[in-house]
Amino acid sequence: MIEPGLYHLLFISTALFFIGVFGFFTRRNLVTMLMSIELILNSVNVNFIAFNKYVWPGKLDGVFFTIFIIAIAAAEAAVAIAIIINLYRSHQSIDVEDAEELKY
Amino acid sequence: MNLLLLLAIPLLTALLVLAARNASQVRWISLLGAAVQLASTLGLYLAFRHERAVGNAAQFLFEQQYNMFSSLKIGFHLGVDGISVAMILLTAFVVVAGVLVSWNVEKMTKEFYFLLILLSLGAYGFFISLDLFILFFFLEIAVIPKYLLIGIWGSGKKEYSANKLALMLMGGSALVLVGLLGVYFSASVKSFDLVILSKGIVSPEVQNICFPLLFAGFGVFTALFPFHTWVPDGHSSAPTAGSMFLAGISMKLGGYGCLRVATYLLPQGAQHYANVVIALSVIAIVYGAFATMMQKDLKYINAYSSVSHCGFVLLGIGMLTKTSMTGAVMQMVSHGLMTALFFAVIGMIYDRTHTRQVSEMGGLLKTMPFIGSVLFIVGLCSLGLPGLSGFVAEMTVFMGSWENPDRFSRIATILSCLSIVVTAVYILRAVGKVAMGPIRADFAALPDASWNEKLAAIVLVVGILAIGTAPFWLNDLVNPATEIIKQKLMMPVPLD
Amino acid sequence: MLNATYIALIPLLPLAGFVMLGLFGRKYFRNTSGVIATVLLLASTLLALYTAYGYFFEYGKAGGVYQKLVPLKYTWLEFSKGVSIDMGIILDPISAMMLVVVTFVSLMVHIYSLAYMKGEERFPTYYAFLGLFTFSMLGLVLSSNIFQIYIFWELVGVSSFLLIGYYYDKPSAVAACKKAFIVTRFADVGFLIGILVLSYYSNTLDFNTLIANLTSPESNAYKSAAAASFLGVSALTWGLVLVFIGGAGKSAMFPLHIWLPDAMEGPTPVSALIHAATMVVAGVFLVARLFPVFAISSPNALNLVAYVGAASALFAAVIACTQTDIKRVLAYSTMSQIGYMMFALGVAHWGAGEKMLGYTASMFHLFTHAMFKALLFLGAGAVIHFVHSNEMKDMGGLRKFMPITHISFLVACLAIAGVPPFAGFFSKEEILLAAYHSNTTVYWIALITSGLTAFYMFRLYFSIFWNKEHHPHGEAHHGEGGFAMMMPLVLLAVGAAGAGFIPFGHYVTADGTRLESEFHLQFSILPVALGLAGIVLAMWLYKKQNERPDKIATSLSGLYKAAYRKFYIDEIYLFITQKIIFNLVGRPAAWFDKNVVDGLVNLTGNTTQLVSEKIKGIQSGKVQQYAIYFLVSIVGLALLFIYIWK
Repeated sequence: MIEPGLYHLLFISTALFFIGVFGFFTRRNLVTMLMSIELILNSVNVNFIAFNKYVWPGKLDGVFFTIFIIAIAAAEAAVAIAIIINLYRSHQSIDVEDAEELKY
Repeated sequence: MNLLLLLAIPLLTALLVLAARNASQVRWISLLGAAVQLASTLGLYLAFRHERAVGNAAQFLFEQQYNMFSSLKIGFHLGVDGISVAMILLTAFVVVAGVLVSWNVEKMTKEFYFLLILLSLGAYGFFISLDLFILFFFLEIAVIPKYLLIGIWGSGKKEYSANKLALMLMGGSALVLVGLLGVYFSASVKSFDLVILSKGIVSPEVQNICFPLLFAGFGVFTALFPFHTWVPDGHSSAPTAGSMFLAGISMKLGGYGCLRVATYLLPQGAQHYANVVIALSVIAIVYGAFATMMQKDLKYINAYSSVSHCGFVLLGIGMLTKTSMTGAVMQMVSHGLMTALFFAVIGMIYDRTHTRQVSEMGGLLKTMPFIGSVLFIVGLCSLGLPGLSGFVAEMTVFMGSWENPDRFSRIATILSCLSIVVTAVYILRAVGKVAMGPIRADFAALPDASWNEKLAAIVLVVGILAIGTAPFWLNDLVNPATEIIKQKLMMPVPLD
Repeated sequence: MLNATYIALIPLLPLAGFVMLGLFGRKYFRNTSGVIATVLLLASTLLALYTAYGYFFEYGKAGGVYQKLVPLKYTWLEFSKGVSIDMGIILDPISAMMLVVVTFVSLMVHIYSLAYMKGEERFPTYYAFLGLFTFSMLGLVLSSNIFQIYIFWELVGVSSFLLIGYYYDKPSAVAACKKAFIVTRFADVGFLIGILVLSYYSNTLDFNTLIANLTSPESNAYKSAAAASFLGVSALTWGLVLVFIGGAGKSAMFPLHIWLPDAMEGPTPVSALIHAATMVVAGVFLVARLFPVFAISSPNALNLVAYVGAASALFAAVIACTQTDIKRVLAYSTMSQIGYMMFALGVAHWGAGEKMLGYTASMFHLFTHAMFKALLFLGAGAVIHFVHSNEMKDMGGLRKFMPITHISFLVACLAIAGVPPFAGFFSKEEILLAAYHSNTTVYWIALITSGLTAFYMFRLYFSIFWNKEHHPHGEAHHGEGGFAMMMPLVLLAVGAAGAGFIPFGHYVTADGTRLESEFHLQFSILPVALGLAGIVLAMWLYKKQNERPDKIATSLSGLYKAAYRKFYIDEIYLFITQKIIFNLVGRPAAWFDKNVVDGLVNLTGNTTQLVSEKIKGIQSGKVQQYAIYFLVSIVGLALLFIYIWK
């Protein structure tokens, strides 16, 4: 079994990122879109951890940032879900195509 | 006298208004606040006179300075000279009257009064600031409430007017900001402080670029031709107190800025562009007067006549003699009181007759002797009758203008003298039709002014008479300040 | 004793009346206001008489010459060093004389109005305005400063405006008061610019200093003013001519006279006070006040005064012959007589004795004219009060019903026609004498005018009091008015009969020295004969009702019609103001503002809106589209920074 290196982790994070982006662009369901955003955030987290471990092993900055992002992501998810629930109440749908009044 | 008091009273009033529980409380708190402020400005005037009498010849009195951003040389610097005291007095008078005539505003009373007080706060701050940055800050504070006052409580095509007014005034302040930054970055001393800047040197090239920016920017506020079109629309759509504040206070911010900032800080620029300023102001005076003659709506008449009258302010500044600048300041005070009173009377008439069309009225003197008489007084003041303030101010401008012996200034002065005939024509046409003549049957039972309207009119009439019958106090107040500006203008051109 | 307080009280008492009655009259003095105002004015009159007496007989003279005393001066508004508006009092022969004239006539009018205006709804307001006028007029004659005189000049204008418009619900009165104000205002601009010119060169606004500076050829002020020129005329002449325009406007000189006949819309006592005896002579007073400057420094300007005065005198007399409204006849007669005073000043020169006779004559005529013209107006008021009409055709045969009015009116007519020994004879003779010595053209115009004057005044007299034998109103009608109306008539009739015997030259001369007036019998024959001829002609035409006047009118139809329509001057003015000023200046200005200036503002706004309309599609509301923009932009920026902007 090979010890996973920096490149493996970067590969995973890049893959996660693009899966998230793809999901965000293609899905119409807001919950799925939210999940895609979580994927993107987590890809960043993986990146931080990876660089922290392999490039500056003596420091903890990357870890801090990761924890920070997790906290933000939690808050963001709460807000986003609240918005989605409200949207559902007013539109009877969580399809993003149905909620495009906020324009011009 | 602590100048912070002048800011604290309106601020406190505004906060109390927000905390008030019902409309009646709001009104009384506002009136009390305005009255206390009036008393304190009178106190300021007396204290100022006392200081001068005991020989304090400093340019600015009651100075206070606090650091705000020392790295950028922005300070909270307050102080007053004669011009500021005159303008503050004007503001206090107009605010009291404005609060009184708005007594019957039922829609969102609290917000209405809050905005009125906020506007006055901006004006007070503007007139006592000696730091260009906070001066600009207060200028902006005075702009925003106007937008809301017109947009919410206005009448007619109020959205259009509110937008036009706010955008044009904002455009003006944008020019002012650019001009201020230009002066700030190119002066030999880097500071926003007016006193420090005035001692520094700004090269003539920079002055020639910055002066038009500053003058036009402030000029928008004072209805400088051709940036005057917000005046008629804004005034006609605004609620009564809004028009009063707009014409009585807000237009004066511009004149004050033109004199205090543009002319005082950039004397070479002012001399370079003097003829342009004179030409534009004569156009405003004459053309405004002729345009007024054709108006049919009372508010439009007064708005266009404001364009014409504010032309005298700019003419006085453009002529650059001590007397003419004193006249300009006097005209600002006089016009502020007079036009506020005019709008107040128009509001009173409109509340009763529900029309502002001159042709639909007649003989109101019969049913409303008080309002009719006040209309006469204000009309006669507007056409420059001796004994009322307009005469004193206009004559001072004329005398000052005539001191310039060149032919261009002479012709300009003669043309603006001729405008007073046109003023007489349109004022008499309007007043004659509204107050005199046979009365319309459905107006025969209209009531005369109520106590608050009477009080408002009396406050302003007292101001007008105080200047008109005894102008020396105002002259003595303003003259030393314009003398200093004149001295700055006479200084030789700086060599780099 | 010279005491400035007493003199200051003369104008201030009527002012106090104005303030009191204006503020509280409607509420508290509804019925007593007339008495209050009259008592205040009586006090003023007594003080004025006291002052005039003191000036002429006690302290006015120094070394045999009347001095220009300035007992009070208070800086009101200082423009620059030396140039300031002072509120002051000047006492010299003309101001002392005017004090008496103004207060006396005003007092008569106050008393007369007690009866005449009784029962008017705005009775207190009327007396308040009378007080304001009297205050302003007294301030005007006492002015020691040229700007002070301008201030009071405007104030008398506005009080005249208020009083003409007293019946404010009558459209014709409203139109008349506006016209009066605007026309005089137009002339006042000339006055104002004249003040600016004169004060610029003399560097003062004070009358005494100004006259001193502008009359001594050595002074710098004189030199610079005479040297500066515009259109080939010296600045000094320009200044004086402009000042004279102001005077001509107030004194209703041709062609600025159009407001005066219309001003008759005001109550008749007001016409007597303002538009006959006092305010309209302000222009004459102004020229007299500046007479040394005119006479010494600018004889050309003085010539203009002479010709304008003479032209107005003749012009107005011709029109007066055709008018049928008795007040309008009197108005044109006033204009004509003021023309007399004007040209009398115009023909005077600076120099000793005889040369300055015109000045004395003018002031003398001003004095006597105030008496008989006020009397004529008050008499006309009594007639109007009686028949309730201004038109001659409604009158006739009134001599039996109104004996006092009849006699006093006759006295006034004889006085104005220049029949000896009534007052007008003496003053008119002096004027004619002065004109004869100086300018024959003016002399002949004056002579013709004097004949015409006699004719139209007696046309008026016979039409009112004779003509018909029975007046339709006659029987069962109220009397001719009570004591309050008759007493002023009698007092003024005494003045009109006897004022001519005052040796005016002893008191009022241009330089304060004594001037002996000589009486030339052979010189008087021609004017008196002409006057009598006019009277006889009027008697022949109008004493009995007959066809002759109509026949003459038809045979002279062109001229008659032109004169009846006042030579179409009103129409010309109307054309200029309505068609040219309004349509060619006002309307385009308003159009330009609405469409071009405001159009540019709106164009800016609309352009902004148009552009944003075009690009607003980007804000589609689709979240995922935004995300794509975002991504593409990020990638684009990344590429930019990595490959191009290294």
